[in-house]
Amino acid sequence: MIHVEGLTVSFSGLEAVRDVSFTVAPGECLAIVGESGSGKSVTARALVGLAGDRAEVTSRGFTFDGADLSKLTETGWRGVRGRRIGLILQDALVSLDPLRTVGAEVAETLRTHHVVEPSQRPARVLELLAEAGIPDPEQRAGQHPHELSGGLRQRALIASVVAAGPSLLVADEPTTALDATVQVQILELLGRLKREGAALLLISHDLAAVARLADRVAVMYAGRFVEEGPAEELLAAPAHPYTRALIAAVPAAHAKGTRLSAPVQEPSVTGPALPARIAALLTGYESACPYVSRCALADQRCREEDPSPTPVGERRVRCHHHDRRLPDLPPISLGETRAPGPVLLSVENVTKRFGARTAVDDVSLELRAGETLGVVGESGSGKTTVARIALGLLDPDAGTVRLDGEPWSGIPDRLRRARRRRIQAIYQDPLGSFDPRHTAGQIIGEAVALPRRVRKARVAELLDQVGLPATLHTRRPLEMSGGQRQRVAIARALATGPEVLVCDEPVSALDVSIQAQILDLLATLQRDLAVAVLFISHDLGVIHHVSDRIAVMKDGRVVESGATAEVFGSPKEPYTKELLAAVPTLATERSPR
Amino acid sequence: MSAIPISFPGAGLRTPRWATVFAWLALLPILVAAVAPELLTSASPILINPLHALLPPGGDHWFGTDQLGRDLFTRVVHGARPSLLLGLGATVLAVVAGSLLGVLAALGGRVTDQVVGRALDVLLSLPQLLLALLVITVLGGGVANVVIAIALAFTPGYARMVRTEAMVVRRSGYVEAARGLGLPPTVLVARHVLPNAVGPLLVLATVGFGTALIAGSGLSFLGFGVQPPAPEWGAMLSEGRDFLGDAWWLGLFPGAAITITVVAVNVLGRAAQRRYTRRTV
Repeated sequence: MIHVEGLTVSFSGLEAVRDVSFTVAPGECLAIVGESGSGKSVTARALVGLAGDRAEVTSRGFTFDGADLSKLTETGWRGVRGRRIGLILQDALVSLDPLRTVGAEVAETLRTHHVVEPSQRPARVLELLAEAGIPDPEQRAGQHPHELSGGLRQRALIASVVAAGPSLLVADEPTTALDATVQVQILELLGRLKREGAALLLISHDLAAVARLADRVAVMYAGRFVEEGPAEELLAAPAHPYTRALIAAVPAAHAKGTRLSAPVQEPSVTGPALPARIAALLTGYESACPYVSRCALADQRCREEDPSPTPVGERRVRCHHHDRRLPDLPPISLGETRAPGPVLLSVENVTKRFGARTAVDDVSLELRAGETLGVVGESGSGKTTVARIALGLLDPDAGTVRLDGEPWSGIPDRLRRARRRRIQAIYQDPLGSFDPRHTAGQIIGEAVALPRRVRKARVAELLDQVGLPATLHTRRPLEMSGGQRQRVAIARALATGPEVLVCDEPVSALDVSIQAQILDLLATLQRDLAVAVLFISHDLGVIHHVSDRIAVMKDGRVVESGATAEVFGSPKEPYTKELLAAVPTLATERSPR
Repeated sequence: MSAIPISFPGAGLRTPRWATVFAWLALLPILVAAVAPELLTSASPILINPLHALLPPGGDHWFGTDQLGRDLFTRVVHGARPSLLLGLGATVLAVVAGSLLGVLAALGGRVTDQVVGRALDVLLSLPQLLLALLVITVLGGGVANVVIAIALAFTPGYARMVRTEAMVVRRSGYVEAARGLGLPPTVLVARHVLPNAVGPLLVLATVGFGTALIAGSGLSFLGFGVQPPAPEWGAMLSEGRDFLGDAWWLGLFPGAAITITVVAVNVLGRAAQRRYTRRTV
C-alpha cells in the first residue's frame, strides 16, 4: 500500500501541490478530482518520480509497501516505476509508440522487468491483451496503435502497464478522450483490476465519471485536498463549497432552466484555480483560503485565515463554513413556455460522402424559432458534418437545406454570403477558430458590421453581454483562459444578430465548473435573444440539460428523435438505451443541494 | 485537460540574451556605416595614393591600405551600403515573389498548383549560386541583374514555404469561422490567409538575408556585381586576392565585415523567430 504524508511539489517557488496526504490500500480506489491547474496531475507524477527536473518534491513521509520512496534516485525509481507502480496516461495514441505494434509494447514491459522467461513472452502478451478485454488478441498484437479504436488502444495501454503486475496503478484521466460507452468499459476494466487486488489512484476532472469506481474521493483545489473522504458520503452530502459547486455543475442531473453555476461577481477571476501565492497577491491577503474569490460563503475570516482540515463525519474538510447552507442558485427563468415558432432551419434527407465513407446518411432535422434541438452521438457519428452542412460551409451530395424557407444548400457561395449573418456558429475549439494574430476586439469586431467609430462600443456591449470585462478586448487568444475564449466565441456569434446558433461541442474542452458557466450563459442568452440553437454534443448529460428536442445519431443516421423527456424517459432504440446507461450520474438524485 | 508544463521543450535552445545584445552591438556600427558613412570617415573611398600602397594597419590607416593606396577602413565603411543593399534587395524581391507564387499555388486550384509546383521543383533542383550565375550569364552583370539573379535563386524556397503555410491556414478553423461570418474570399485572403502564411516567412527572411548577402558578395567577388573602383566587400576581397600573400589585411577586414554582419543578423533572426512562435503557437 502507498502512504503519502505532507507531499508538496513546487516549481520555482510556486507550490502546485501543497501538503497533501493520503493512503491507498490494496483493492481500494482513491479518486483525486479537480479542475485544470489544481495540481492533480502533478501529484500523480510525483508518485512515480516523474515530476520533472524543475520540480522540488518534499514530503514528511512517502512509503510504498514499507519502503521509503522519498530518497529514491532516478535509478532506484526505474526499478519501482512500471514494476511496482504503473502509470496509465490519458491519451493512448500519444502514450503508445506509433512505430511499434501493441504486442511489442506489452512485450517490452515484460522484458524490462524480467517478468517471464523470454520463451514464454509471446504467449503472455496474448494473455495480457485478452485479460484487458481485447478481442482477437492474436491479430491485434500485430497491429499498430493507429489501427485500433480509441477504446482498444486504451485497453492495450492498460495491458502494457499491468504486464509487470504492479500493485499500485496510477491512472491520469484514463477515460477523458473516450466516448461515453467506451468510458464505461474502461472503468469496468479498472474496476476488475481493483477487485483483483491492485490499489488504484484515479485522477480525473470529472466527478461524475469516477463516482462509480472510487471508494474514496479527494477533491483538489489550488494544490490542496479541500475535501477528502468516503465516496458515498462525499457525494451525498458534500461539505466544501467547491465540492458542492462541482456537483451542482453536473448537467446530467438537472433539467433545463436549472442554473449550474453560481453567478460570478468578478468575471476576471473565473479562470482556473490559481496557485495559492498568486491568489494571495490578487486578493491582497497572504494567508487567505485559496477558494475565497469564488466562494459564495466567503467572509472576513476566510480572507485572513487559511482553514486547516476539520473532521466532518468520516471526512476531512478545509473550510470554515462547511456546516453552513450555500445560497440556492436562482433558476434561469425561461418565461412561459412559448409555442414552437415557425421552422427556421430544415435539413431534408441530407447525405454526404467522403470518398467511400458515408459520413451523413439521409438525415432530416427541423429547427424551430426559439427552441433548442440537441444532436447527440459518439465520435464518427457524423454530427460535425451535419453542423457544417447546416452552416452552409459544406454542400451535401444529396438532399437540401433550407434557411427560413429559402434554399440554403446547392447555391453559389456568393448568394449565401449576405444571409450568413442569420446563422452563426460556436465551435468546440475557440483557439482554432480565432486568428492567432488578432485581439479579442478584432475578432469580435470583424463580425460587427458597423462603421469603425461605433464598432468599439458595440464590441464592449457584446463583451459585457457574455460576462467579460471590456478591458479584455486587447488580449490575444493565447492570453485568455479556456472559458474566456469560449465567451469571446459566443460574443462573435452574437455580433451578427443571428436567428440560428449552431453549437458544435461548445463545452467539451472545458472544466466542469467552466462548462457550467458557459451552459448557463447560453441558456440566458437564448432566453433574452430568442435565438434557435442546434446544439451538438457527445455528452448526453449536457444534451439533456439544454435541449427541448433530441436527435440521436449513429453511423451517419438519426436513429431516434423526439422530445427530450420522451427520449430520456422511454428510449426505444437499443443504441439510445446503451448511451443512456453510460451517462455518468452521481448517486445524488435525491436533492440538488 | 491534464497537460502540465513539467519541462519546457526547447528551453535550452533559446538564444541567450547576451548573444542578442552582442549581435546588436556588432550590427550597430555596420548600420551606421550603411546609412551615413560620412559619420565614421571623412576620407574618400576611391582616392588613389600610390605612395601609400599596401601599408599595414597602423595609426594613419586603421585597416591599412590596398594596392592603390586607398584607405581600407574608408572602403570597408563605404562598402557597407552596397553590400547590404545587394542582400536586402534580393531578399525583399525573393520574399515578395515567393509569397505571391506560394499563395497562388495554394489557393489557385489544382492545375495552378501543379504548374507552379513543378516549375519550383526545377528551380530547386539547381544549387542557388549556380542558378544565380546562370541568370547572370543570360542577363549580363551589373548590380540590378545580380539582385534579380539572387532573388530568383531564393524565390523557390520561400514560395514552397508560403504554399505549405497557406494550405494549412486555408483549412484552419478561423478561416472557416470568418467564412461563416459571410466575408468574401478577397477579404479572407487579405486579412487572414496572407498575414498568417507570410508571417513566419518574414522571420525566416532575416536569416535568408545573411545568405543573400554572401551570395551578393560572392558574385561581386567573381566580378559580376558592383564594379571597381566602387567599394563593395565581395569585390574588395576579389581585388585583394592577388596581394594576399603580402597584405593579409586586404582579406581580413572585408571578410570580417561580411562574417560579422551575417552572424549578427542570423542571431537576431533566430531570436525573432522564437518570439514569433511563442506568440502564435
